Amino acid sequence: MKKSMIAYPYLVWMIIFILVPLLLIVFYGFTKTTDQGIVFTLDHFKRFFEPIYIMVLLRSLYLALICTVICLLLGYPLSLILASKEYRHKRVLVLLVVIPMWMNFLLRTYAWLTLLEKNGVINTFISFFGLPKMELLYNQGAVVLGMVYNFLPFMVLPIYSVLIKIDKSIIEAAEDLGADSKTIFGKIILPLSLPGIVSGITMVYMPAVTTFVISRLLGGGQFTLIGNLIEQQFVYTGEWGFGSALSIVMMILILFSMAIMSRYEKEREGGGLF
Amino acid sequence: MKQKLNAKLSLLVIVSTLLVLLLTACGQSDRVTLKVFNWGDYMDTSIIADFEKEYNIKVIYSTFATNEDMYVSLKSGGNSYDVAFPSDYMISRMINEDMLHTIDMNNIPNYKYIDDKFKNLPFDSNNEYSVPYLWGTLGIVYNKTMVDDPVDSWEILWNEKYSKQILMLDSQRDSIGITLKMLGYSMNTKEEDQLEEAKQKLIEQKPLVLAYVGDEVKDKMVGGEAALAVVWSGDAVAMKWENPDLEYVIPKEGSNLWFDSAVIPKSSKHKKEAEMFINYLSEPEVAFRNTDYIGYSTPNKETMGMLDQELIEDSTAYPSDAEIENCEVFEDLSDTLQIYDRIWTEIKSS
Repeated sequence: MKKSMIAYPYLVWMIIFILVPLLLIVFYGFTKTTDQGIVFTLDHFKRFFEPIYIMVLLRSLYLALICTVICLLLGYPLSLILASKEYRHKRVLVLLVVIPMWMNFLLRTYAWLTLLEKNGVINTFISFFGLPKMELLYNQGAVVLGMVYNFLPFMVLPIYSVLIKIDKSIIEAAEDLGADSKTIFGKIILPLSLPGIVSGITMVYMPAVTTFVISRLLGGGQFTLIGNLIEQQFVYTGEWGFGSALSIVMMILILFSMAIMSRYEKEREGGGLF
Repeated sequence: MKQKLNAKLSLLVIVSTLLVLLLTACGQSDRVTLKVFNWGDYMDTSIIADFEKEYNIKVIYSTFATNEDMYVSLKSGGNSYDVAFPSDYMISRMINEDMLHTIDMNNIPNYKYIDDKFKNLPFDSNNEYSVPYLWGTLGIVYNKTMVDDPVDSWEILWNEKYSKQILMLDSQRDSIGITLKMLGYSMNTKEEDQLEEAKQKLIEQKPLVLAYVGDEVKDKMVGGEAALAVVWSGDAVAMKWENPDLEYVIPKEGSNLWFDSAVIPKSSKHKKEAEMFINYLSEPEVAFRNTDYIGYSTPNKETMGMLDQELIEDSTAYPSDAEIENCEVFEDLSDTLQIYDRIWTEIKSS
């Protein structure tokens, strides 16, 4: 009984800030105001299936996919290094991964603006060596860079936390039985770290799909992503219905991918964040 | 058992709703609190401090980024503001939707200082709802060291020579509007084929555009990151202070002429104090401090007399009648706005 009492404030919190807004979104998504009052409609969803909006969605999914793949390729080796006993500067490295997360996300993204611009730090450095200046800002590459930079820790930390929990005696046993390091990695470390990889992928993919600040600042507004589209409906055109419909589609997509992921996760054991 | 759970759940919902109501209702005090809602970086805030001292009224100052932001904030009803500063077309929309109090001009004696040019404008033809605050135009700012062609037409923004050196505004109405002007149409058109033509033009221009930006445009142009940019006149004045290589032009095809005015939303509970504040802002001395601080142009005759002759003669801030001859004031587009939004999405995702 006591325990459930403690849970009440959280329940109230969740109802106010999660359940109620969610219901509002569903309400706005399926209704429109006409002269006869508020009526049920599917118009907002129909509008979503026009080619331009599908294009925007596909671009968001595509860019987020690239970002996730890069994060995984960069993050996994990094996690391995962090988790290995032999590496001496491990603590410093963990700190370096975590420190940027102490700073505000928006500030970090603004900082990239100054780094990448035509007379910015990187280009000044390049031209110092007599090399031609490069167009670094306002293209797809800059958007992906911004995403990778901001979301990499979300890939590294779950994988790292799984890797350090791997029982070292299993690896020792494999070594005693004559497995070489390739086999140990392929047959032991990689399979055991899968839950971390799965939650890392989810943690990176979701914010990457829905981001709107990165694409606006580093993409110079030229790469409308689904997040930008939703934002635009709420703050500019005031089309809350369409904006809500977009959000619902987005949420369904995320739930769908989470379901696939968690199914995969159940087959292995533990370690995930969800 | 199930019943009990349901009862508990409904109790929870009720308690939560009450809490929300309670939280939004707090924050009362004796001294009148005036809530002012203005554009970002659009007022010398020391003026507010002086007003608070002189009239013993507390002012809560918040800012918005676009007219639409402001409109949505007021419309959703969550916030009550006493004074806001929308632009022309937004004022007419708010008047149409019965969102504004009429202002009692007897309480605004300083209204007499406002130049007659700025009275009886179409969005508030009887001067009932708004007091002009600042005004300006939309035009092209360019870097003289980077552009050697004459800049007098919007066409230059389609010149391939300046590929990736052009900054456009990330604003649907302004960007589509200037394209319509270039094509010889009205900025307030509701004709779909004209809008379609403008869309094609903008898609054609997209490869040349470095970025679609908001407030960052000032830093970018001052830092020499781009050669040409579409900006508002007041920003251009501020940019020229920082980088003398920059020059501002209102293209010959005409452009947008805009007026930001003080209004009192219906949600205001302190209309009298709001009028006091608007009157204070229209005092020549105060208006001077303000315009001197932010660089935008004042509609106040007396204030203009106090400004530097140099600034008055600078057509960036105070264009001649000939220069603004072809300019148009935005009108409220109501439902056509949805078409603008679709076009803009198509352009940006092409």
